[in-house]
Amino acid sequence: MDAETFAMIGKGLIVIGAGLGIGKIGGSAMDAIARQPEATAKIQTAMIIAAALIEGIGFAALFA
Amino acid sequence: MMKAKLNIIATLLVLFSTTAFALEHPDDHSHDHGEGQTMDLKTEIKQTIKHHLKDAHYFELYHGLAMPLPVIIWDNGIHLFMSSSFDHGHTLANSKGNYYNLDHGKIYKTDSEGHVLDNQSIIDFSITKNVLVIILMCAFLLISFSKLARSYKKGPIPTGFGRILEPLVLFVRDDIAIPNIGEKHYKKYMSYLLTVFFFIWFLNLSGMMPLGINVTGSIVVTFSLALITYFITQFTANKNYWGHIFWMPGVPVPMKIILLPIELLGTIIKPFSLMIRLYANITAGHVVLMSLIGLIYAAQHWLANGAFFGLTLFLGVIELLVAFLQAYIFTMLTALYFGSAVEEHDDH
Repeated sequence: MDAETFAMIGKGLIVIGAGLGIGKIGGSAMDAIARQPEATAKIQTAMIIAAALIEGIGFAALFA
Repeated sequence: MMKAKLNIIATLLVLFSTTAFALEHPDDHSHDHGEGQTMDLKTEIKQTIKHHLKDAHYFELYHGLAMPLPVIIWDNGIHLFMSSSFDHGHTLANSKGNYYNLDHGKIYKTDSEGHVLDNQSIIDFSITKNVLVIILMCAFLLISFSKLARSYKKGPIPTGFGRILEPLVLFVRDDIAIPNIGEKHYKKYMSYLLTVFFFIWFLNLSGMMPLGINVTGSIVVTFSLALITYFITQFTANKNYWGHIFWMPGVPVPMKIILLPIELLGTIIKPFSLMIRLYANITAGHVVLMSLIGLIYAAQHWLANGAFFGLTLFLGVIELLVAFLQAYIFTMLTALYFGSAVEEHDDH
């Protein structure tokens, strides 16, 4: 296997990690909204920011 | 009633955009690779996607109907001519005794026979497709927002297109600027936040239009936007911000020394991630959409064609959501960075 193959495997692993991370953020936000529906707006904002930060890593891995 | 109308308009828009994407069918660009040479569908689709993602010296309105754009080159003096003199790369353009060739969207200086002169570098300032769209978008934003501003002189309720813009302006102020920057400082950043939000959102939306515009999916544009954010953050920062970067309060001295390079790097990584995020999201969206359109052509059975058409439609709607979401996230994170620059700490 050459270096490119390993790079591709690495990218795949990073995307799996990013997917898991965003999934966990989404799940936790759902829990939080279910507990405190009146705080939905604040929770959503925090959720989107956190998800965007993780997504940035995923894209950096894909394009680097 | 109103809602039904909106639904119909939205559906029409989506249908229009997807079908018109499909109109940009590949075989248009086969001339790049010699006449008479047939390509298989797979290569054709790949070529189209690659061509679509790149900036161009033509504005292609419809299959084969391209509008030439001005070429401006700095080569020991300004050379100015229309890109039609390249004839899509078939002929050399002659300007003031110098010859230029257009090869895959890039301009090279050549001799009169068409051999590329390697040691001659030129600077290309051309009004390309992206530049043209940015200029048009700026004009559109300027006109619609000055109209909105003027309508407040007549009464409290704006008229026409301003009725759509007003709630969005309020959204940027109440949901993005004030919570992240704070009541005290948000006003001086509002102009930039509004500009960047509407600029990115409208450009993203125009990328979903049939004309094949892909401005926010070009890294130069997102780089410039991120650079402006970076400069505004650094130049409006107060002493608390710099204090947190150079001498983090409340931690032991060895830790302060370790944190210093990390924090300094962090100031660059933040706008860098802004740049990559917007660029990658829009590029990925366009690639996925165009690949699915390619699948419609590649599929042999009508059932598969229908299925891929449905999938394309679905992803088109998702992309409309992404267009808004990316503009929102860019503005939101920009506001967050501004907020950290003007934050005041009385607690430590």
